[in-house]
Amino acid sequence: MEHDPFKWGRPDNATYGDYDYRISNAKNTEFPSMHTQQPIVTGTSVIAIKYKNGIVMAADNLGSYGSLARFSNIERLIPVGKDTVVGISGDISDLQYIERALDELEVENDYDGASHPFKANHIHEYLNKLLYQRRSKLNPLWNAVVVAGINSDNEPFLAHNDLLGVQFSSPTLATGFGAHLAIPLLRKVADKEEDVAHVTKEQAREAILQSMKVLFYRDARSSNRFSLVTIDKDTGISFEKDLKVENMSWKYAETIKGYGNLQKF
Amino acid sequence: MFRNNYDSDAVTFSPTGRLFQVEYALEAIKQGSAAVGLTSKNNAVLVALKRNAEDLGSYHKKVIKIDDHLAIVLAGLAPDARVLSNFLRTKAMESKMLFNRPISIQKAANLLADKAQQNTQSYGSRPYGVGLLIIGYDESGSHLFEFQPSGNVLKYKANAIGARSQGAKTFLEKNFESFDDLNDAELIKNGVEALRQTLKDSELSTSNTTIAIVGKDGLKIYEDEDVEPFLEQVTVEEEGGDDDAQDGSGDERMEEDGAAQ
Repeated sequence: MEHDPFKWGRPDNATYGDYDYRISNAKNTEFPSMHTQQPIVTGTSVIAIKYKNGIVMAADNLGSYGSLARFSNIERLIPVGKDTVVGISGDISDLQYIERALDELEVENDYDGASHPFKANHIHEYLNKLLYQRRSKLNPLWNAVVVAGINSDNEPFLAHNDLLGVQFSSPTLATGFGAHLAIPLLRKVADKEEDVAHVTKEQAREAILQSMKVLFYRDARSSNRFSLVTIDKDTGISFEKDLKVENMSWKYAETIKGYGNLQKF
Repeated sequence: MFRNNYDSDAVTFSPTGRLFQVEYALEAIKQGSAAVGLTSKNNAVLVALKRNAEDLGSYHKKVIKIDDHLAIVLAGLAPDARVLSNFLRTKAMESKMLFNRPISIQKAANLLADKAQQNTQSYGSRPYGVGLLIIGYDESGSHLFEFQPSGNVLKYKANAIGARSQGAKTFLEKNFESFDDLNDAELIKNGVEALRQTLKDSELSTSNTTIAIVGKDGLKIYEDEDVEPFLEQVTVEEEGGDDDAQDGSGDERMEEDGAAQ
């Protein structure tokens, strides 16, 4: 041991050889492991609206790699049990992780007989705990999740959950760009919880189709192919896959004014 | 002299296919004082006989609350039951935390069964020396399960475990078909009556009787002076209605006691 007051307690060079300064100068560029810093392949908005007897929800089938439209067949509406569908936007690999977690959950629950199926509010609670746990490990699942379905009181249930563990509920929900573009359109149909009682399935579906069209017009990370799901408390889940945005108009917008530096005050 | 070579651990089968340690564990249940469980459509009830080791000592707790909708009663080694109830409480909390829903009674019973079964298949461990009746109320209604250290869990309409429980079982077998539509007080009355069939020289009193009932409004456990109304109810009916068919079981009770000895 060194007895020099400035080196006291360190291994003696005469005994152990010189200290290898490469150790303290080692570059810190290669991490032993790395947490998610950003999403890689992403899915854009999920939009949903409540109606009198249930919920209509939609999400397109695109997986974007940055601005590249990389995958065109990603299904982002995931059914869980008989009356819940989870719509996921954000990182697609994390979407697949959540998909596996929910599948495992369902299988484990069925071991104890089918008499206690998970309802939408249970799935929402679980996802919230999962997402919050991961953000607390500083390794978030990079998603925004909409849980739609029927709750344990047999009422329509719609709630939002995201990578920070934030959760809230509303008669209309949208993630990502949809929160800016689709929500105002959907709120014209159902603004408050009281309004839901007067909304029909057809009105809700029409509002969702209209919103998907607007999103395809204006969201550069969207596609015109999408899935739509209706969860009705009487008839259950009905999926419509491979839908296309219809009745678009790509005419020259000669009468439209007010963009960019031509804007008049 | 005869010596059993196949009971020195819990994992070795005898040539006749028996696990003696597990069977001995089932015997431990019969050393415990009696407990009765019964269900109606809307309620599940436990009635149990508490024991005190000596007159100066307190009575041993029989009914353990697991959650607002779930309780167990034990017969056998009480410390083993504490291990199981702590485990079950943890699982009940886990269900509330992860899913915001109370644990289902079936799930709770299966978890206990799996835990007990492990001890019958691992070297160096012993089976739990305690039997349990599990009552609870969940979205699929009221439930009663019997748990055994062998890892068996069975669903019952009514059942009894512990010392001289055969008397109670006979009473329950005779009457269970009428239980479905009974209200809470009537169901408890039948439970007290069933427990009374297990007695030999003693009487049910406020200090040795414990009652638990669970329904859609949650779990209620009655101890000490709170059980008095239920004991009185039964006593009064017995005195007042000797001609009543149900109360004619007095003679039979003696027979049962004779058989149980």
